Formats: sequence, C-alpha cells, structure tokens
Amino acid sequence: MSVKVIYEKCIGCSVCKDVCPFDAIDIIDNKAVITDKCTACGVCIEKCPIDAIGKEESEIQGISIDDYKGVWVFAEQREGKLLNVSIELLGEGRKIADQLNTNLTAVLLGYNIEDLTDRLIKYGADDVLYVDNRLLEYYTTGGYAKVICDLITDRKPEILLIGATNIGRDLGPRISSRIHTGLTADCTRLDVDLDNRRLMQTRPAFGGNLMATIICPKHRPQMATVRPGVMEKAKFDKTREGKIEKIIPYLTESDIKAKVIEYVKGGKAEVQLEEASIIVSGGRGLGSPEGFKLIEKLAKKLGGVVGASRATVDAGWIDQAHQVGQTGKTVRPDLYIACGISGAIQHLAGMRESKCIVAINKDKNAPIFEVADYGIVGDIYEILPELLIGLENMGEILEKAEVCE
Amino acid sequence: MNIIVCVKQVPDTNEVKIDPVKGTLIREGVPSIINPDDRNALEEALRIKDKLEDVKVTVLSMGPPQADIALIEAIAMGADKAILLTDRAFAGSDTWATSTALEAGVKYIGDYDIIFCGRQAIDGDTAQVGPQLAERLGIPQITYVEALEIEGRKVIANRSLEDGYFIIECKMPVLLTAIKELNEPRYPSIKGIYEAFKEDKIEILSAKDVNADVDNIGLDGSPTNVFRSFTPSTKSGNLEMFEGTSKQKSRELIIRLKEEKII
Amino acid sequence: MDFKLTREQELIRNVMRDFTENEVEPIAAEIDKTGRFPRENIEKMAKYNMLGIPFPVEYGGAGGDEISYAIAIEELSKGCATTGVIVSAHTSLACWPIYKYGTEKQKQKYLIPLAKGEKIGAFGLTEPNAGTDAAGQQTTAILDRDNYILNGTKIFITNGKEADVYIIFAMTDKLKGNKGISAFIVEKDFSGFSIGKIEDKMGIRGSATAELIFRDCIVPKENLLGEEGQGFKIAMSTLDGGRIGIAAQALGIAEGALNETIKYMKERQQFGRPIAKFQGLQWMVADMYTEIEAAKLLVYRAAYNKTNGLPYNKEAAMAKLFAANTAMSVTTKCVQLHGGYGYIKDYPVERMMRDAKITEIYEGTSQVQQMVISSNLLR
Repeated sequence: MSVKVIYEKCIGCSVCKDVCPFDAIDIIDNKAVITDKCTACGVCIEKCPIDAIGKEESEIQGISIDDYKGVWVFAEQREGKLLNVSIELLGEGRKIADQLNTNLTAVLLGYNIEDLTDRLIKYGADDVLYVDNRLLEYYTTGGYAKVICDLITDRKPEILLIGATNIGRDLGPRISSRIHTGLTADCTRLDVDLDNRRLMQTRPAFGGNLMATIICPKHRPQMATVRPGVMEKAKFDKTREGKIEKIIPYLTESDIKAKVIEYVKGGKAEVQLEEASIIVSGGRGLGSPEGFKLIEKLAKKLGGVVGASRATVDAGWIDQAHQVGQTGKTVRPDLYIACGISGAIQHLAGMRESKCIVAINKDKNAPIFEVADYGIVGDIYEILPELLIGLENMGEILEKAEVCE
Repeated sequence: MNIIVCVKQVPDTNEVKIDPVKGTLIREGVPSIINPDDRNALEEALRIKDKLEDVKVTVLSMGPPQADIALIEAIAMGADKAILLTDRAFAGSDTWATSTALEAGVKYIGDYDIIFCGRQAIDGDTAQVGPQLAERLGIPQITYVEALEIEGRKVIANRSLEDGYFIIECKMPVLLTAIKELNEPRYPSIKGIYEAFKEDKIEILSAKDVNADVDNIGLDGSPTNVFRSFTPSTKSGNLEMFEGTSKQKSRELIIRLKEEKII
Repeated sequence: MDFKLTREQELIRNVMRDFTENEVEPIAAEIDKTGRFPRENIEKMAKYNMLGIPFPVEYGGAGGDEISYAIAIEELSKGCATTGVIVSAHTSLACWPIYKYGTEKQKQKYLIPLAKGEKIGAFGLTEPNAGTDAAGQQTTAILDRDNYILNGTKIFITNGKEADVYIIFAMTDKLKGNKGISAFIVEKDFSGFSIGKIEDKMGIRGSATAELIFRDCIVPKENLLGEEGQGFKIAMSTLDGGRIGIAAQALGIAEGALNETIKYMKERQQFGRPIAKFQGLQWMVADMYTEIEAAKLLVYRAAYNKTNGLPYNKEAAMAKLFAANTAMSVTTKCVQLHGGYGYIKDYPVERMMRDAKITEIYEGTSQVQQMVISSNLLR
C-alpha cells in the first residue's frame, strides 16, 4: 500500500505539505511529490481539498486469513497473581469476540497456578489454554515465546491481545516476528471492522500528539499490545462456566537462553498508579522537590498515591515510577488531582480518562483546566494546606454547608 | 569483542506542537536528534569499550540520507564506525520490516557479540524493533536493561519490571535494549566532532548492498499499515471553578467531591 | 558568499546547546546567588574539549576554528554568562597568547594542560591605576640571575581565585613606557604570589574575580612569554581575540533573554490575552531580534577573519561594541516586558540584565572599542 498523488488533479496548493506529520511531501513544479519519508498514514488524503491524493493497494501474497478464528488474550500473571491488565483484556476481548461471533480464549502460562483458570472463565473467557511447566514459573522470552508460537501455529487465532507491560512488550514483538505477522504497540482503543474482520487498532504516536489507527490486513493473528489501565475491567461473574484445557508443552532448558536467576521485588518504591482509585499529582508549578511532601500528605489523607508530570521527573524531583503521561503511566482513577500541572498534551494523554479531574494551578489559562471537572486558581502552597485542614474537619464543614443551604 | 548499536534519528517530540487552529502537527523548526534510549544503548557499548580491551563498536541505522549526522555524532561520542541503510525501498517500513532491514545490516557487518538497541523510539514508542531483530537473528534478548555486567562471554543484566527487576544471565551473542536508568550518556566531544567529519567512518548502503529481503522491507513488506491518523480531541470537561479565598475554595471543593461521592 | 554554518559548526552548536540546557542553565541561578565557581561544569567541559576549542589537537585542543569557539561561548552564555566568561578568559586570554607567542617548551608545559582543561588559565593586566590605560603598569619585574622578581598588584582578574596558570604583565623597563612591558607565565604556586580580595560583583558572579598580589614573586626566566618589551603587543593582540569571546558572550546573553521573554509573552495574559498579542510589544520583539541578528553577523565575521588569517582588530572591536550594546539594550527591554516579574529573581532576565552590563566594560570598554575602530579609519 502506498500514497499516490494524482498529478492531473493536483493544483500544488501545499495543504498536504503543511499537514504531513512526517515532512514527507515536497512541492516541486507546483505539484505535490511524496518522498521517502512517507509512512502512508493518510493524513494528506483526508485533507486534500480536491481529492488529488489516493491510496494504492498493492498485491502481496498473504496467508489464508480465513483459516484463523477466535480471539485470544494473554493472561499475564506474576507469582500466581493475575495482573489487572489481564482482566482489562478479558473485558475488551469479550466485546470483540461477541462482535465477531467467536470464542474468547485466555492463554495462561505458569507453574502450579491451576486455581487461576477458573477466575479467567468467570471474568469472561469461553475457554482457557493453561500451559503448565516448571520452566514457565517466571517469565522468560525464550520459554513463553516458544509455547505461544507453537499454540498459534497449531490453533490459528485471528486476534491476540497482550498487555503492554514490561513483559508483554518483550513477548509480543518476539512472537510477531516469529509468526510473521503485524503487531501494534500500546493500543488505547480497539474496534472491529465487521466487513472484513479487521481489528482497528488505535494508538498514540509522536508523543501523544497524533493518534493512528493501524490495521494488519494480510497476516494473522492480528496482534496488539494494550496499555494497562485503558480498557475497562471485565466483570466477575461467578456463574460463568467454560472449558479449561491443560497443556503440557514441549519445552526444555535449552529453549531458554536468557535465564532468570532472581526476581528482586521492590527496590524502587512500588507505585501502583494504574491500580489507584485516587491520584494526587504534582507538576513543575510546585517549584521544588519539597512540594511533593505536601502532595504526599494529601495523597495519604485521601488514601491515594502520588503522581507526577514528566517535567518533575526530568528535573529529578521524584522517581520516574510516579510519572503519568505519554512516556509514563496511563491512569483512569476515580479522582485525579493535578497540582501545579499546566497540562501539556503529553500529560493529558495519560490521565484525561480519569472519572473526575481536579486542577489546581496559579495560571487560570493553563490547559489542564480544559479537561478538568473542578478547578481552583491559586497557589499550591496555600490551597493544599487548606485542603488538608478541610479534610481533617470534614464533618464540621459538611454540617456548615448544610446550614448555609 | 564486537558490539553493534542500533540507533534511530527522530524528531524531538518534546518540540512538536499542535497548531491550535488547524489541529495539525507543527514540524517547522523541530530538530532531529538521536533517539534518547538509543543514546543510553550507545553509552553502554562505549563504557564496555572503555573498560575492556579490543572492543569495536559499530553503529547501525536505517533512515534518510540526512540521518548521517546522527551517525557522525555517534562517532564523535566514540563509536568506531557506522553504517547507514538508506534506500527508497526501506521507506514506510513498520517495525517488522525495519527489523528485516536491520537484520540485513547486521549480517553485512558480520561478527557480533552484543547488539544494543534503545528500548523504544520517541516518535513511535513501540519498543518492538529490538525484540523483532533478535528473533530474526535467532539470538536471545534482554529488554529494559537497567544495569549490566559482562563476565567473560556472559552478560548479567537487571531487567526492569514494574515492581522490581529480574536478574537475567545470558551467553553471547545477545541483544539488549537499554532504558534511561542504565546510564548517563556522554556528549560528543568537540574534538571528536571534527575528527568524525574528517575521517570516513560512515558507510552508506542501499538495500541491495546489504542483500535485504526485498519482499519484506518497506511499505509493501510491512504487515501493518496506518489506516488513518488524526489529532486527539481533548475532553471538554464541564469545568466548575471555585472562587473566594484559598480557604473558601478548598472547602467548596471538598463539599462538591463529597456530594458527588468521589471521596 | 555563504552565510551558512558548516555541518561541524551546526553539530557543535547542538551539542553546546544540549550541554548548556542540561548542565549549565540548571545551576545558573544558584551560581549567581552564591557566587560559587562552577567547578563541576568546568571539569565536564574539559572532558569534552570545550576548554581548548580553537587550538590544534597536538597542543591539547579540539582542532577547531574560531567560529565554533564563538558559537560555544554564545551557547553557554544563553544559559549562564558566568560560564561563558570563564571559558572565554581561559581560552582567549590565557591559552591563546601561549599558543601565539610561547616557545615550544612553554607550549608543552603550559598550553597542553590548559587546552585540555586540566588547568585553568587567567590573564592579569589591569591594575588599580592601569585600566583602560594599560600602559600605566606599575607592577615590576626585575631580572635577578635566572629569575624575574615581580612586585605589584593586579585587580579584577577573571578566574583569578581559581586559576592554575596566569599570564601576567609587568614593567621590565619603566623608561621605555609601552615598550618596557613584558609578559610572564606565572603558576599559582610560585613563591611570593597570592590571591587578594575576591570581588562581590553585580553580575557574572561565579567567575572568581580576584586581586592578584605579587610580593617578590619568583618567576623563572624561561617563563618570560615572548621577548622582553613585547608585553604590550602581546596584551593588545590577545585582547583583540578576547573581544570576540566577549562579543559572543554578549550575544548569548541577549539571545537567552529574548528566548525567555518570548516564552513569557506567550504565557502571560493581560486584558484577556497573551501579551504577545499586543502590537506595541511585538515591535519591541522585532527590534530586539534584528539587533541580535546584526550582532551575530558581526561576531561571526570577526571570528571568520581570525580563523582565516585576515585582519580582525577592527572587526572584533565592532563585534564587541555592538554585541555588548545589544546585550544591554535587549536585556533591559526583556526585563521591561516581564513587568514586575522581570525585577524579581524568579525569572532569569533579572540576572541576565545584571550580567549584560559587564560586557560593555571588560576587555576594553565600549569607548575603547570606539577608539580602536576609529583609529583604524582615521589614520
């Protein structure tokens, strides 16, 4: 597939040149010329005022995609605990499988974790492929990739979803490369084109400045890693039943070249941003690392965790584990309090799906207010102490509020 | 020891802004830089070179002809030589096709013990090319490396996880992807810059030169295609502003959050 | 005619910009506040050959040209004018005269460690009674067998407190006036040499400006730089080059201030819109940018002449005169455009305006530059 200019139509207006995100269009002799930098993203096609740009589908031998059926979800677990993202994938996978009128299969790898299989069913899977082996106790690229590739070759799913965790992002590309299929990283939205059973995979690019919808038309399975915290979790239905298939893999020590010697937990402060229902975040507006002491106090008071903007992480005020945004974590807590965060698009990309956003900022024109539900214009160092006092005496305040009404 | 470092020249996405009227990306004046994670990858290779005898660091990149400046910078930082794969045939490659092209580049270079990549590039953030290249070469990978030791023919790496890290051991050859925590990259030295321009250490090669698998590179060799691109819309909240003194504003907020049963 | 920088120069600019943004600018306010010498950054710059840019590699330099050197000073000064002048004084005033007038032995012993940045250099010409009138030197040097014995005091010496090697001017023959001045290479540990008062300055507060005291200071004969009586010529030709460094510093200060101001003007709202939308203020920005670009052309041209062996005495003087004037006028306007915020230390333009003033004074006041220029024209 490539983008072509229809030269007879082109009037050299350079609209396409201006909109091209990749700087891939030159105007030569009053005509648009597509250069090597083109990634066929199609922005120019959409914006061309006279429809002088089109897409050319090329003929390549693909595989027989009709042989592939079913939606698979990689159910990532660590030390026998299912990750939240696995449950989110089951929720999303269920929707996709229903639309395609096919089965949702959870693929679980591990050692002696049979008890998880039933939970996967209750969270929406029709069946579970449980691969049990001592060598699968901890994640290894070699072991996990081999088992899953063997299963794919054998059973031919049309879609495989993997959580975009540090592990999923290691496993996904390894599988896609071996199977020779496409993989879309860090999707934030998945849709289905029912006409051709295509998975429409939407993801942020250019640091969140651009969204791209990716397709994988001629290869199967269609693989995507999905950002944790983006999809809604599946509901637990204790009445659900399904098929559990235990598989003994053909796997030997020699399949695992990079061996895990030790799993060191903690070390860095455990920040469960994606899991938190309340996040209090600090930005450059704090002025100094000291500000995070106040942020921490408020977070603690509310039973939440501390988040941070990239600027503060870059400045070394706080560990990167706290970072929310395009290059940090994507979160959707019930309450997100942004303190001294101006709201760069990269930051918004990571938190705009929060259910309730409170913005506190000195600058009333800060873009953060555009996504906020509640706003306070003011000095962090005045507002936060007041909030802390207020929360301390909540009963009293609410009482007074009622009297006023 | 032979080390190959894969680097990508990227637009500095921190400098990319959206035109508020047209809703399109403003590219003008956005500088091209060596991808930040790739700098960490290169730094680690150079540290090994500083520490051990007989280490040769070769930098490999795929990109337009102007990307040679990134390679000159890499040479100025201390790399021994560099290869730029540049060819219309590579244009529009997705990560799969990119890994095919780089595979050809690696095979052209020949011997290697370690291949370093950055975890991911800031213009795509996919983190896929490293593992896909390792798979194509049939060598093991350790991604998200935040600490590294070399012991003879073995690497021992701390591999970052969300809640800690794995200590992973692996024999060479191996592909490693670097994250920011791995090290503090050096700058190119001024002397190095002059030397890099003078010495002819950059080889510019076409798809044919490296015997790339033409069916599996470029737009046509890419399993994935961009169906459409758009600029994200910002959520327009029903913003409620609180007025008054700091105390009043804070109290109003608490009351509202309580009313809405958020706290 | 070609106004484009070479690719080397472009890359050097990018590297200097990164270095300034990551290492220099973040501590600029603290350096200004405490007056501390930014030793850690000097060490980093040494590692990257930023302290000997225009000297050949065999003498410890980076093998670069004067334009790259000017660009380096310009970029450093955008973030921190103190750092800019430390490097300029070290490179132009201490390394250069040794490179130009030193014996091979002196180059081996002093230039190499200086250009590598292992040692820091300073230049001692000014005295309490010999400022603009450099010929009024009262420091004396008397030959006593194998040594010169120096007596006197130098003031306002950049890097004075922190340097390892000093180029010192003294009278070897008072009767000969200008022709009686000689230059010496003095090490900080030489007997009879000590550091006096450390100045508490308006700007460039981290540059360790100090008084140097010589009391029967013993300088070996082989540390005479050039010949006896050649000192005035050495001082003047050294200052010609130094002016390019200071002009680049002034240019950098102006650019840094304008960048900060443009950012501020887009953020700051008054009457319901960013102040960048007000036409009167837009005009100020246009004028400032034009002045800066004009200064830049003068600075690069002087550096170009020096690189290519063309005369640069007048060119360097014009560059410094105009760039210093630009730095002062631009920073003053930038403070104005910040309003009250420009007058407080939360915003860097306050520091930049204080830093700018010295560029009109040191290494020849603006009036001296005018003398240099006109003397070229009216002879």
